[in-house]
Amino acid sequence: MSQPFYVSPEQVMKDRADYARKGIARGRALVAVRYDDGIALVAENPSNTLRKISEIYDRLAFAGVGKYNEFDQLRVAGVRAADLKGFQYSRDDVDARSLANNYAQILGQIFTHEMKPMEVEILVAEVGISGDLDQLFHILYDGTVVDERRYTVLGGDAEAIGARMKDTFAEGQTLGAAVQEATKALSGPDRTLSATELEVAVLSRSNGRRCFRRLNDAAVAEALAG
Amino acid sequence: MSMPMFTPGTDPGSNFPELLKRVGLAPASAFHGDLAVPHATTCVALRFADGVVMAGDRRATSGNLISHRGMEKVVQADQHSGVAIAGAAGPAMEMVKLFQLQLEHYEKVEGNSLSLEGKANQLGMMVRSNLPAAMQGMVVVPIFAGYDLRRANGRLFTYDVTGGRYEEHDYVATGSGMLHAGTVIKLAWRPELDRAAAIALACRSLWEAADADSATGGPDVLRGIYPVVATITAAGWTRLADVELVDVFDTITTEVRSR
Repeated sequence: MSQPFYVSPEQVMKDRADYARKGIARGRALVAVRYDDGIALVAENPSNTLRKISEIYDRLAFAGVGKYNEFDQLRVAGVRAADLKGFQYSRDDVDARSLANNYAQILGQIFTHEMKPMEVEILVAEVGISGDLDQLFHILYDGTVVDERRYTVLGGDAEAIGARMKDTFAEGQTLGAAVQEATKALSGPDRTLSATELEVAVLSRSNGRRCFRRLNDAAVAEALAG
Repeated sequence: MSMPMFTPGTDPGSNFPELLKRVGLAPASAFHGDLAVPHATTCVALRFADGVVMAGDRRATSGNLISHRGMEKVVQADQHSGVAIAGAAGPAMEMVKLFQLQLEHYEKVEGNSLSLEGKANQLGMMVRSNLPAAMQGMVVVPIFAGYDLRRANGRLFTYDVTGGRYEEHDYVATGSGMLHAGTVIKLAWRPELDRAAAIALACRSLWEAADADSATGGPDVLRGIYPVVATITAAGWTRLADVELVDVFDTITTEVRSR
């Protein structure tokens, strides 16, 4: 009978984290940034049907990078959790923080207990009644939750993109400025991204009950043209 | 509330009522005993050139008493459809709430809205699942109306207690005042009615129903309560402001007085 080799827990965790990071780094990045009327989410995504950004609830949006089937499963679970909570209590009781905690529980559980970690990074964004109540929760493959204030970057090459965002972010900017800034940060200095290569959506305070709205290619092109 | 996760074979998909069942939150559908509950009364819907008009009075009655003066029986279901309800008010409101949630849930999970036909069938299934309660007197009979973006026209659906779904081509009325309201519309309805004429006709039908049926409420000028009137066109659902209805009912009262 063969005896399994001993592998230290440190090594197991490190291997899993490397595996997840590699999977995430292969995909294209996504930026969420605050602007004067809410939160803009900009993703590099040539597909017009397989979405990275979507609506969860009245004031909540979801974004994911990495393996599509894995973050889509999380997205649907989020829609269900939010709709159930709104049905059971009231629409006002559905908030980003508790949803982000739920996601962190699931990702953490899978990271430590399953063979394969999820190769995803996700974002739960909530647009507040006023700008100072906007929230961005960035959740990593191992269940780590990071609460961001102004902008957040998900996916491969996040550090370089984050550094570019840091230089250009301005409080109270317009939607056009926010989309331009996020697009430039995603593309870097050596290339340009056109409207058809981007997926853009906003959580807008002035959009009625359901704040989520997608921008079609024409609207994105207009925003990019300034 | 923990996050509901399912394995691929047991996943409820975009079906919200099924999800409620899985997590044990489905509303009870059978009642026992003979309860006197508030009843909602007359609603109408009719097609016009650009879409449909829906209208409903505001009265809910419990036997011979008025239990509520401001009830809203015509409600938006989603961007391009609405529901009007007549029957036991409590179960009807619950059904409408669940229906609205189901349409939004489907849209979010699938990334597309249901077709108008799909929405109409969905509501039919909900009416059907209310049958045990209907046998105890909790009858709910809705009207479903909307703008079909694929066919580019307004469409009307009416239901019976068993969930039977019937598409109406011109107009439909439901509730205790349906005979009076339906007759008024029947006499004046033309396919080429414009928005203003269709609204005036819907209001006139409610006026006549209120005039002859004690369970239907007319415009309450003292309290400033007017029927709920809404249009659904390619641009979506629009509820009329009370100021617009004041003018419509002024015209009706002037006309009635001059007879």
